[in-house]
Amino acid sequence: MSGLNIGVLAIQGDVAENSFATKMALEENGIEGVVREIKSPEQIPELNGLIIPGGESTVIGQLSLVNGSLKQIKEKISSGMPVLGTCAGLILLSRKAKDRVVGEMDQPLLDLLDVKVERNAFGRQRDSFEAEISMEKIGIPKFKGIFIRAPSIVEIGKNVEIISKFNEKIVAVKQGNIVGTSFHPELTNDLSLHKYFVKLVNSKNA
Amino acid sequence: MIPLSGDVVDSKGIISEKIESYNIKRGTSTLKRGFAHMLKNGVVMDVTTVEQAQIAEDSGAVAVMVLDKLPSDVRKAGGVARTASIRIIQEIMDAVTIPVMAKCRIGHVYEAMVLQETNVDMIDESEVLTPADESHHIWKWDFTTPFVNGARSLGEALRRIEEGAAMIRTKGEPGTGNVAEAVTHIKNVNDELRRIRSIYDSGDEQDLVRMARELRVSYSMLEETASLGRLPVVNFAAGGISTPADAAYLMTLGCDGIFVGSGIFKAEDAKERAQAIVLATTFWEEPDKVKEAQKMIDERQSMLGLDTKNLELRMQERGSTA
Repeated sequence: MSGLNIGVLAIQGDVAENSFATKMALEENGIEGVVREIKSPEQIPELNGLIIPGGESTVIGQLSLVNGSLKQIKEKISSGMPVLGTCAGLILLSRKAKDRVVGEMDQPLLDLLDVKVERNAFGRQRDSFEAEISMEKIGIPKFKGIFIRAPSIVEIGKNVEIISKFNEKIVAVKQGNIVGTSFHPELTNDLSLHKYFVKLVNSKNA
Repeated sequence: MIPLSGDVVDSKGIISEKIESYNIKRGTSTLKRGFAHMLKNGVVMDVTTVEQAQIAEDSGAVAVMVLDKLPSDVRKAGGVARTASIRIIQEIMDAVTIPVMAKCRIGHVYEAMVLQETNVDMIDESEVLTPADESHHIWKWDFTTPFVNGARSLGEALRRIEEGAAMIRTKGEPGTGNVAEAVTHIKNVNDELRRIRSIYDSGDEQDLVRMARELRVSYSMLEETASLGRLPVVNFAAGGISTPADAAYLMTLGCDGIFVGSGIFKAEDAKERAQAIVLATTFWEEPDKVKEAQKMIDERQSMLGLDTKNLELRMQERGSTA
């Protein structure tokens, strides 16, 4: 193999930030690879890893359903491709979503990560916050959490490992090849989570 | 990469709190500008009722903007246009899960305060409403809620960012269904960006200082922008967008996303049009998909629109000299 092919789902949201962080993470880890923005389903089968960025989960979900990406992504992750979902990405990976105010949601989801999420769990934009959190379990003791209209995880299945909590709320989880966070690592200068993910992709493709 | 920093030290809008053992901060530049980043490649739709907001959400809008009247009705009604009814804003906030924005008058600090207390996700200090203070815009660093401002030139955009705007949109000419002014404004900004970028590349600091004076912005703001070669915040297109092709065209000019005002809910085929404009914005790089989107609308049902040359009221001029 001549290096990894990592995609960032480029339907809507902060795609550029995730691409940049992943490129830097590859470089700092000394792992060979390319980062591609994924706009059409044909690009998905060749991927070794995928990042689903922040944005609006309803929009990313609906439009990746329309262009056929959702089905392809689901197949690929089910066959073991590592995936990282941040904020909206976490929601899309989940089994079920509800909104704090509106209630149960009927939006397109990948239904791969055995968790139920609560959207806008910390409130609206004015309540968005920065806080130091810890992801000790994956070797990141200190991390700046950027929570923007963030979801939280309210129910987890037995195969889901909790990576981080903020004030008793679950904000990062891992289930095999799937990693999801409520917060936005791509909006910090700290590459540790992207480096962890790139290593995970590398180990699955060794 | 668009920078996320830009805090004014001691900005009143930044709130430090302690929750249990956590020290948290709200209203930082990263959180405000970061919010705008989450909207990228999306469509923000103007709505006046809960029903319209739900249509917008179902069609794939990335956020809704609540107004009392759509811009074309503001234009027709004349008189003073003010911020929307708080009750309607709240009803919409309870009905949709996507972000809800609302407009306040240019310079009207207290309309903005009221919107912040209402908990809207972003405030648009907008020329669609009647300005309260033509010479001073709101000092937006004092707010925890992020702001978006309109601009039709680089100087105007940078002055708004210096006042704390977390996002910029072109002004265009609202409520006309005519995209010509939005096209002109984004091209103006792009031309001026290319100009300062070339001065920056030439290393002529004196000329950069001259440009900062000409645009009436600080040297540091100008230098940062010149080194980036783009605006230091997310930049959307707005004003007169009515069709999927309009939206896709503005995306090709380098906009990060689209605001649609009267174009959707003043058309007879609002639902299909909303979906079509979202599709065209998302897949703007694929002409066949934009064609499919354009096929979803019926041109005979587009809003009639106005020639922007002979308007009595040019909303874009409001607040532009400040």
